[in-house]
Amino acid sequence: MNILNAEWTALLYLVAAVCFILALKGLSSPRTARRGNLIGAGGATLAVITVFLSAKLDNIPYILLAIVVGSAIAAPISRRVQMTQMPQLVALFNGVGGGAAALVAMLELGHSEGPWVLVAVVFTMLVGAVSFAGSAITVAKLQELITTRPVVFPGMKWVMSLAVLAALVIAGVVVATGSAGWALLLLVLGLAVGLLLVLPVGGADVPIVISLLNAFTGLAVAASGVVLDNVLLVVAGTLVGASGTILTRAMASAMGRGVSGIMFGAFRGGSTAGSTEQSNRPVRSSSPEDVAVMLAYAQRVVIVPGYGLAVAQGQHTIAELATTLEARGVDVAFAIHPVAGRMPGHMNVLLAEANVPYESLKEMAEVNPEFKNTDVVLVVGANDVVNPAAKTSPGSPIYGMPILEVEEGRQIVFLKRSMRPGFAGIENELLFDPKTTLLFGDAKDSLTKVLGAVNAL
Amino acid sequence: MDPITLLTVIVLTVFVGFEVVSKVSSTLHTPLMSGANAIHGIILIGAIIVAGQLDDPWLLVVALLAVALATANLVGGFVVTDRMLGMFRGRKPATEKDSTK
Repeated sequence: MNILNAEWTALLYLVAAVCFILALKGLSSPRTARRGNLIGAGGATLAVITVFLSAKLDNIPYILLAIVVGSAIAAPISRRVQMTQMPQLVALFNGVGGGAAALVAMLELGHSEGPWVLVAVVFTMLVGAVSFAGSAITVAKLQELITTRPVVFPGMKWVMSLAVLAALVIAGVVVATGSAGWALLLLVLGLAVGLLLVLPVGGADVPIVISLLNAFTGLAVAASGVVLDNVLLVVAGTLVGASGTILTRAMASAMGRGVSGIMFGAFRGGSTAGSTEQSNRPVRSSSPEDVAVMLAYAQRVVIVPGYGLAVAQGQHTIAELATTLEARGVDVAFAIHPVAGRMPGHMNVLLAEANVPYESLKEMAEVNPEFKNTDVVLVVGANDVVNPAAKTSPGSPIYGMPILEVEEGRQIVFLKRSMRPGFAGIENELLFDPKTTLLFGDAKDSLTKVLGAVNAL
Repeated sequence: MDPITLLTVIVLTVFVGFEVVSKVSSTLHTPLMSGANAIHGIILIGAIIVAGQLDDPWLLVVALLAVALATANLVGGFVVTDRMLGMFRGRKPATEKDSTK
């Protein structure tokens, strides 16, 4: 339909772009975040209506059908997915977005003229394909369909270099000739590069890769805007590319690692795949009843939830334990490491789902000075983020990573499955400290027993 | 669009993107990633434009696949972000509003 002229179309796209900026801005505070997201969704709806009213479109019934199919698949999954599986879903949506961008650019190849537009076409195809294949691998790793350990084979470095080189050469050929056959080959090579890029990444680093691929998809969408001469796509894609880059760097620095170290670490043999050796040194383990007494008669308790809590689905139990302790007059706070869970802020979402008010969730900088006035620090399924080796042993792979300084607490209780070291594969000296007590078992089981024992007091 | 205008738009948008996100608290990093993820689902309008210009049935199938994938990204992204954010609540006021679920 041609109801809107070019000026109105541009104006409405501008409104949509402003909505996207306001959406990202709204996400800066818990109070405005939900409204911000709705503004973003409103902007997207406006943009889609605008495109139907402005562009000359054939095949409208088919297009509407495809939109219905896409919504009918995505909306129910989004509503039903468990909060612990959220990272997979974000990665999945990111991947299909990248795939869509790559397909759009390939179909536009025949209509594209001028060297810059053709460069944008090959860029979109390549980056979109990398994002699609890379995201597929992150989903497989998070869902544990494939091993979470880095997958490396001899000569992988050379295969990777060769694939990248071939992709660049073929991209040049496509720009020079506009050939559809070569473009298809470029797409295949993009997928191969995506696989090779993400396979060597260890499980603990996958969230950072998702964030990076999110930025990649943003850049692909921005380039597709150049291809289609559409400012909204350029602005929205660039926004995501820029914000995704900042977020990726923030996440990587919270883990004390560089982004390039994560992406290429396994090639150099410096990956986070640590040993799984168990130590035979003596530790003090205890019963749920003893832990219950320690907690119930403390004045101040700080809970440090980690990935193990998320795996055991123990977030509701720990929220109940916190409420029970507070009812007894204990001051309870949660200390959240920036990378607790599987993505930054993931633990906040899990605890929010379990009705823990966000005022009780303390960030690292806020809570670290408070540990020395804390009677009991309860560490549930976390290890590397409380390992003092990050501060004290320069040879350690996690040296330099900011940690929660739980060793300052008067007593420390670890709920752990076993003595196996964490993702980083480094032993935690704190486990052998005289003021540390360990309670072995599945996090949820242990918490349920402790909760029962507190209620029985 | 001429290249200089395009470059201007891109450079200014990069700065806006940096600015807006640098203030987001780490508490909200996951919803932010998910929200940004939803925003790039706007590739849907590109997919619609392309699908609306095609005559060849096979290419149309590819374009419609792109439309469906982009819709999944856009709709799923916003729904999942909303669900996450619906779980953030304060200690006092929000309880009765959310207890309906």
